[in-house]
Amino acid sequence: MADVVLDSVSQSYGARAVISDLSFTLPQGVIGCLLGPSGCGKTTALRAIAGFEPIQSGTIRVGGELMSRPGWMLPAEKRAIGMVFQDYALFPHLTVAENIAFGLARPAGRAARVAELLALVGLEAHAHSYPHQLSGGQQQRVALARALAPRPRVLLMDEPFSNLDVELRERLSLEVRDILRREATTALIVTHDQNEAFALADWIGVMHDGRIQQWDTPYRLYHEPANRFVADFVGQGVLLEGRVVNEHQVEIELGVLNGKIPVACAAQGCDACVRDCRVDVLIRPDDIIHDDASPLVAEVENKAFRGAEFLYTLRLPSGQRALSLVPSHHDHAIGEKIGIRLAVDHVIAFPRP
Amino acid sequence: MPQARPRTWRPDGWLALALAIAALVLIPVAVTLAAFAHPQAELLAHLAEFVLPELVANTLWLGAGVAVGVGVIGVSLAWLTAVCEFPGRRFFNWALLLPLALPAYVLGFVVIGLLDFSGPLQSALRAAFGPVVLPQIRSRFGVIVTLSLALYPYVYLIARNAFATQGAVALEAAQSLGHSRRAGFFRVALPMARPWIAAGVMLALMETLADFGTMAVFNYDTFTTAIYKAWFSLFSLPAAAQLASILIAFVLAMVVIEQRSRAAMRYGAVGRAAHTRRIRLSGASAVLASGWAGAVLTLAFIVPVTQLALWALPILGEDLDARYWGFFRHSLVLAGSGALLVVATSVLLAYAGRESRSPGMPWVQRVATLGYAFPGAVLAVGLYIPVAWLDNLLIDRFGAAAGVLKGSLVVMLLAYLVRFLAVGFGPVDSGLQRITRSIDDAARSLGHTLRTRLARVHLPMLRASLVTAATLTFVDIMKEMPITLMTRPFGWDTLAVRVFEMTSEGQWERAALPALAIVIAGIIPVMILTAHGDRAHG
Repeated sequence: MADVVLDSVSQSYGARAVISDLSFTLPQGVIGCLLGPSGCGKTTALRAIAGFEPIQSGTIRVGGELMSRPGWMLPAEKRAIGMVFQDYALFPHLTVAENIAFGLARPAGRAARVAELLALVGLEAHAHSYPHQLSGGQQQRVALARALAPRPRVLLMDEPFSNLDVELRERLSLEVRDILRREATTALIVTHDQNEAFALADWIGVMHDGRIQQWDTPYRLYHEPANRFVADFVGQGVLLEGRVVNEHQVEIELGVLNGKIPVACAAQGCDACVRDCRVDVLIRPDDIIHDDASPLVAEVENKAFRGAEFLYTLRLPSGQRALSLVPSHHDHAIGEKIGIRLAVDHVIAFPRP
Repeated sequence: MPQARPRTWRPDGWLALALAIAALVLIPVAVTLAAFAHPQAELLAHLAEFVLPELVANTLWLGAGVAVGVGVIGVSLAWLTAVCEFPGRRFFNWALLLPLALPAYVLGFVVIGLLDFSGPLQSALRAAFGPVVLPQIRSRFGVIVTLSLALYPYVYLIARNAFATQGAVALEAAQSLGHSRRAGFFRVALPMARPWIAAGVMLALMETLADFGTMAVFNYDTFTTAIYKAWFSLFSLPAAAQLASILIAFVLAMVVIEQRSRAAMRYGAVGRAAHTRRIRLSGASAVLASGWAGAVLTLAFIVPVTQLALWALPILGEDLDARYWGFFRHSLVLAGSGALLVVATSVLLAYAGRESRSPGMPWVQRVATLGYAFPGAVLAVGLYIPVAWLDNLLIDRFGAAAGVLKGSLVVMLLAYLVRFLAVGFGPVDSGLQRITRSIDDAARSLGHTLRTRLARVHLPMLRASLVTAATLTFVDIMKEMPITLMTRPFGWDTLAVRVFEMTSEGQWERAALPALAIVIAGIIPVMILTAHGDRAHG
């Protein structure tokens, strides 16, 4: 049992609250992720779990054991929590094998474990190289192997791929997910890159202003964002003006949307105004489908070629803008009017502020 | 995400330690300035009437002359080796640093020995042409030329870095805007490098103000020689202290200018070394460039070292005796223990900067490493007075047997520590910066305690820096003259002291042997410097 449980953890530097009232549970064997823009407090949360930062309220537990409370923390070196640092922090004076062996206190089985990890990260050929002789991606894997070697209860990763180029980033994140699965590691990753979060994590906590906005699966974060911040931060999309018809229906200028779940407006304590409540409705690019037969038309205002598809920015009759993903053989000129229709499964609506 | 640390000001143990180290610098300054608290009218009047006018005039002329000398030699050679291509450039690039190995006082006595009335040059001229009158070498001009040749590497080294990173690019930018190369140099490249050049010139001027040995050889009266005379001939501590306090005023002016230049360097730095094409000199200009670099190298290094060897060889048999090895041993022991003390203190000061959360720490570190600016003669006086006072206090309390400090190595080692702390601190601090916080955190998260972290991460990562710091300090102490001369306990004559004694009797041949030993030791830091430079510029 190595659940990571944060219970209303807060930390502030002077008057500035960095994390406030942070609570979540990361179950054993699950890969979690804290996702948010820079300055949202995610790195501080990670460092508090690692034992590098004290906390001012709440508790942090791992596997039921108390790690931190206000005024007390178990020293980082006693926590058995592994960490992969943003700059990797490899020891420059040690070889790859020596780096990996650094956390293995007992000589018994050390060589075998190092060999195992070298194989796991595919660096057998570089066991005796020094970090500066390796590429960025290889250094990253050494850092991962070094952190995994002592079989930590939890593995923390701070922006693990931010120093790598985009192509390598995608490949490595899949590799890392595979490695963490094979080691059955509970892991918590911090990143500002949602593609990275989606590729790696089972659960994602979107953070903003020191708080978790939503702790959920990637699918639900994208399709059922809990608030405007999450809707805006995760994925692409626009908010269109709408009016609530009833619990399951919202009218926007493109027609009436039928949701499978009650619209969020009602769920947010706005009982009295369900009918005719004015809301903003989240429309993702994949919610608007290009259809020449549709009576609804919109003007192409801008387009971005993505290979398999175009991302069109459309100007609706009212002047509002929306995005639409269209297979790329439908090549329309800017200024052209094209037919569209809606394909919305879940209606996500937020009360107009 | 930036790791903002709590910025609450809490005094801590590390800060107290750093303050104690900084106090070592402030004490001699305070002590010498305190000499004015008890002005001795008679003494002051004497100084003001007979001594000060000449000292001030000598110092100002010397400062102006050396500034121009090192500026012209240093900047011209830096530009040629950093931006141009001419025959021998690769060789001159590092060889022009060699004069750093030669203390100015050694160059000084070689110059006198060679060019004096009884020296080989004038003797040969007389033999060939009968009585000839050359300009007097023991003159203001002679000192200025000698010091310029000895100290230009400070400007050369630092200006070369500036030109290498921005010179050629600046020139190309100026040319693309329609300026000739010549205009580009004077209107863009030179003004851009001004902070670097100023810092180099200030370092050279600090060495000039601190210089004692050269002034003694040339009989050129400046503050350091006057302090020495007040100390040994007049036995007047107050006179020495008051002279020292005036010298400090000059020094502080240099420090302010130098620190400002350094601040400007930080903002003016434009990063990476540019891999632009060098300006290929040809024909007459190539010959001129090679000739100029060759002439400077010959006069500042090749001729003096050759002359030293010529002097030393014939008397090698008789002078390499037990006494010589005694000087040698004293030099090694003093330089060794001084270097250990400096490195240990540097480590403490560097860790204080790393661990302390006090916002004032960078300032404390800066003050603590300011001692390099203070002439050894000033430090000797400023540290001797409080130690003697402490000694008397002990004698009053515990009887005569307790007065052990004055006659011990304490004053000398403290003065070395203050003067050379910056030399040791530089490499140690930059070595420590490479052990980033995340490297420390990584070792912690892998289960290592403070003790094993120090042993298995910090020590191995710092080893090279510690060796560099110790070597640089060792050689600097070996070359040091005034502190050693003024504060050594009876019987502690070193190589540098021997050089001083032999040169003051005009026995150049006998001074040459210990001088050669010092020069050979001095080549080591030049090699370290060259290796660093090569790494920095690919």
